[in-house]
Amino acid sequence: MSSRLDPQPGEQLDRSRALWFTWNGKPITGFAGDTIASALAANDIRILGRSMKYHRPRALMTADYWDPNARLQVGDEPNVRAAHRMLEAGMRVKAQNAWPSVEHDIKAANGLVSRFLGPGFYYKTFKNQSLWPAYERVLSTFAPGGTVNLESERGYYDKRYAHPDVVVAGGGPAGMSAALAAALDGASVMLVEHEYHLGGHLRWGDEADRHAAAELAVACHSHPNVEVLVNSTVTGRYEDNWVAINQRSHQLADERLIKARAKILVVAAGLIERPYVFDGNDRPGVMLSGGVRRLINLWAVKPGERAVVFTANAQGDAVLTDLERAGVEIAGFVDARAGVTVSSAHGSGKSLRSVTLSDGSRFDADLLVTATGWTAPTSLLNMAGDRPVYHPAGARFVPGGRVPDTVLATGGMIGDGTLDELVAHGRATGSLAAARADIIGARLQKATPRAVPLFSSIGELPPDERTPLPAPGHLELFRSDTHGIVDYSEDVSSKDLVAAAAEGYDSVELLKRYTTATMGPEQGKLETVNTVAVLAEALDSTIAEVGTTVWRPPFAPVSLGALGGRLFEPTRVSALQPWHEAREATPINAGQWIRPEHYGDPEAEVRHVRSAVGIMDVTPLGKFDLRGRHVPELLNLLYTNAWSKLEIGRVRYGVMCAEDGVVMDDGVTGRLADDHYLMTTTTSGAGSVGEWAENWLQTAHPDWDVVVTPVTSAYTSINVAGPRSRDLLARLTPMDLAPEAFPYMNVRVGTVARVANCVVWRIGFTGELSYEVHVPAGYGPHVWEALLEAGKTEPGGIRPFGLEAQRIMRLEKGHFIVGQDTDGLTKMPTTGLGSLVRLHKEDMAGKPELAWSMAAAATGKGPRLVALQPSIPTLVPDEACQIVRSGTNEIIGRVTSSRFSPTLERSICLGQVEASEAVPGAELTVVLTDGSRTGIKVMAEHAHYDPEGARLRV
Amino acid sequence: MLLVPCPNCGPRNASDLRYVGETPARPDPRSTTSDAWRDYLYIRDNSAGWRTEQWYCRVGCRRFFTVERNTSTNDVRPSPLPRLAPEAPGR
Repeated sequence: MSSRLDPQPGEQLDRSRALWFTWNGKPITGFAGDTIASALAANDIRILGRSMKYHRPRALMTADYWDPNARLQVGDEPNVRAAHRMLEAGMRVKAQNAWPSVEHDIKAANGLVSRFLGPGFYYKTFKNQSLWPAYERVLSTFAPGGTVNLESERGYYDKRYAHPDVVVAGGGPAGMSAALAAALDGASVMLVEHEYHLGGHLRWGDEADRHAAAELAVACHSHPNVEVLVNSTVTGRYEDNWVAINQRSHQLADERLIKARAKILVVAAGLIERPYVFDGNDRPGVMLSGGVRRLINLWAVKPGERAVVFTANAQGDAVLTDLERAGVEIAGFVDARAGVTVSSAHGSGKSLRSVTLSDGSRFDADLLVTATGWTAPTSLLNMAGDRPVYHPAGARFVPGGRVPDTVLATGGMIGDGTLDELVAHGRATGSLAAARADIIGARLQKATPRAVPLFSSIGELPPDERTPLPAPGHLELFRSDTHGIVDYSEDVSSKDLVAAAAEGYDSVELLKRYTTATMGPEQGKLETVNTVAVLAEALDSTIAEVGTTVWRPPFAPVSLGALGGRLFEPTRVSALQPWHEAREATPINAGQWIRPEHYGDPEAEVRHVRSAVGIMDVTPLGKFDLRGRHVPELLNLLYTNAWSKLEIGRVRYGVMCAEDGVVMDDGVTGRLADDHYLMTTTTSGAGSVGEWAENWLQTAHPDWDVVVTPVTSAYTSINVAGPRSRDLLARLTPMDLAPEAFPYMNVRVGTVARVANCVVWRIGFTGELSYEVHVPAGYGPHVWEALLEAGKTEPGGIRPFGLEAQRIMRLEKGHFIVGQDTDGLTKMPTTGLGSLVRLHKEDMAGKPELAWSMAAAATGKGPRLVALQPSIPTLVPDEACQIVRSGTNEIIGRVTSSRFSPTLERSICLGQVEASEAVPGAELTVVLTDGSRTGIKVMAEHAHYDPEGARLRV
Repeated sequence: MLLVPCPNCGPRNASDLRYVGETPARPDPRSTTSDAWRDYLYIRDNSAGWRTEQWYCRVGCRRFFTVERNTSTNDVRPSPLPRLAPEAPGR
């Protein structure tokens, strides 16, 4: 570790713990407390990568999260911010964007042709669209960034919801003071710091700075009202102070996304140092003053041997002391305030050799430190509605003050100040935040109805009476008399910006998109103001007039893992799921439900139901308990058919259409008693049907006496189907199941397997004699086992069947499934159930559309749902295959469902076909997935099997 | 994310609710024209400023309620209209 200095007073290293890691395969060591980049620097490794377009060698510049040159591959993880990420033992660190190595990169030849890679290069060069695939193959080898390993282990990412009184974004002196003051006033506070430690710029300051930082940090960490989140970023502020925090410091999760509803957001984001634009400003050895101070003071790394310091502010001046302590020879001290600037930095490819000033003088040096000003990262304020304004006397954009009362700014971002002034302003901000949070909290509570009011009156928000921080003062320094790099990540130079302005890109928003300046991973933190300044100069305008681009979320990049995070979507299963799992049923996801697809052989299950008896768990079927005098009126409104005369004990099928006449759901509803009905819906439609019914009841007919209760999972629902189903069920129930006593499409409430209050209806989606038994949910397993036990002695026995067998059987019977055989345009005439539309009803959902669609269908237009049979009986066309007019490519329909029927021993389909072609016996052509074509015949009836329904009505 | 004041549950995240939107008056289905009906189905005012709109308390009390929202600023306030507006469901 040849560049490692003796212990420095503020260093954060644990020199007792050496950490072994590799750099491009070579083993080296650093200390605990090093970042990856500081450990590399301590090992004299300077070149960390190559620039994106010109493959110029790049080295550390800001030595913090925003360093554009320090994105490395660490193990399987690409694009790691190596100047931020702490070193861990065993890390495998590699350079990105360089081949064959960072020292000798062949693509550096791009630099020689840089005049061809100017702004708009891609737009201007690759105009021939037909060649895009060829271009892409070549250009993708030039793409920057690391490599993704698709085999890498899955991480664990979590989410958390929080409701703090105050979120403070930024753990510098002002942020810490604000957090403490708010906490002392009783507020609950989340203090969020981007780096691994609280303290902000004080951490790399002098002894007094470090002492103040430590004192404040200890106070924050030890106050019970303050939750300190380090290595965490407030990435966004949304409506009503919904604040996103990306926590990278969680003990168990790789990252955690915290969604906080903050009553007050305090933004104390500090300042980000700005690079200076001149010839050679991206050369290794050119660093910003903050980067140099961090390297020396935090990580005890000597940044060079012989330095030129170019400064316009106090931090630049302070670098001198640090450099001297580190034993770096000072070759030159250039005071920008005296009117001299740096014109160019020269050297070989990989290192700095000398620096030329604007007065023509030249210094030999391997380190050039620039301290030319600051950018206020006002992103979070922008997200709250603010537009920053340019303050020429401070050479930076400052907040415009247009934020809601619930967002407060403090610290260096809004003004200059001594440490005492920053602390005082932070405290005042924290107290104001706590006082306002009190009022906001009271307002939120008062807005929630409760039996006993908590508040008689709530005061106004306290006004902002903080003493403002002094306005920032700084020399305007953006570009020298030469051209250099403006956007390091995107390799955009000031020359490119001038050229783009000359081409007419005179708005900063357009310039940004055309040149991609500010669009790289730093998202403008380093380069926005220089971009604006160069454009203003090119247009002979002012920075204030050109204005700045809008900063949108996220403040810093968020990993996709953090955004995806842990899913909170519930998983629903029936009470029988343990039984299914014990039998190793193949599961299938259906919406939120997990249910058995089959128990090994769906076709055997079909044959068994058709010949003997089977049982199926149909619990996910949507179920609603309807009670009240006006239930028939509600049913008349929701369904297209008539419900006024449904007798007690009868069941009826109905189709629901939306107000636009499109089919939205179907199912059966039975009348259990005078004012008591049970309605079933499709599994996936249960939620929306419940909402639909509530909508009508609450907004159109609040006078009706109807209560709708979702009871889907209050019952375990079992379908007992097959010719032997009556005999089986009869052995378990005292109910009279004789055909005359309990005919098809009837419902009875009674006892099954000694369980009372079971709802049994006789219907038949499968086409067989069948009963649907709805058992109070907890008794489901008992009744299921009782059926299986009794079924053993039935001729042929009994077996469970799954969703796949049911789907085959319903297709054999030609029953459509809403959403499978219908889509967002399917109206009643298409379904073939036009006879279920009763237009004489006073009202129903979608009534005018139903009338119009019926009339339009009478003219013989529109799609029709038809049963189809391929001419090759062993061939099952994939669902969604197109149907074309024979001998042409004219699409006239599509297959919506297809299966091989074990009953008919041939392939069967349902499909939507244009009415003019949907003629029984018509021979059409289906285009298969592989492009080949085969014949398919339109059938006369929807049902491929037992079209008369004889098997149902036994 | 917006906070929307449910009259029963108090201010809730918009993701706890369903946005129904503007609910234009439903034409009499017995006498409406196709133009009037399709305006009711599809045409929304959606202009800038304070607008009355309907929300549904999806994961809470299942109440349909109206609020006023400023479409320029996204400020939301309870609607002075009665909770059960005599309007047809929007679609």
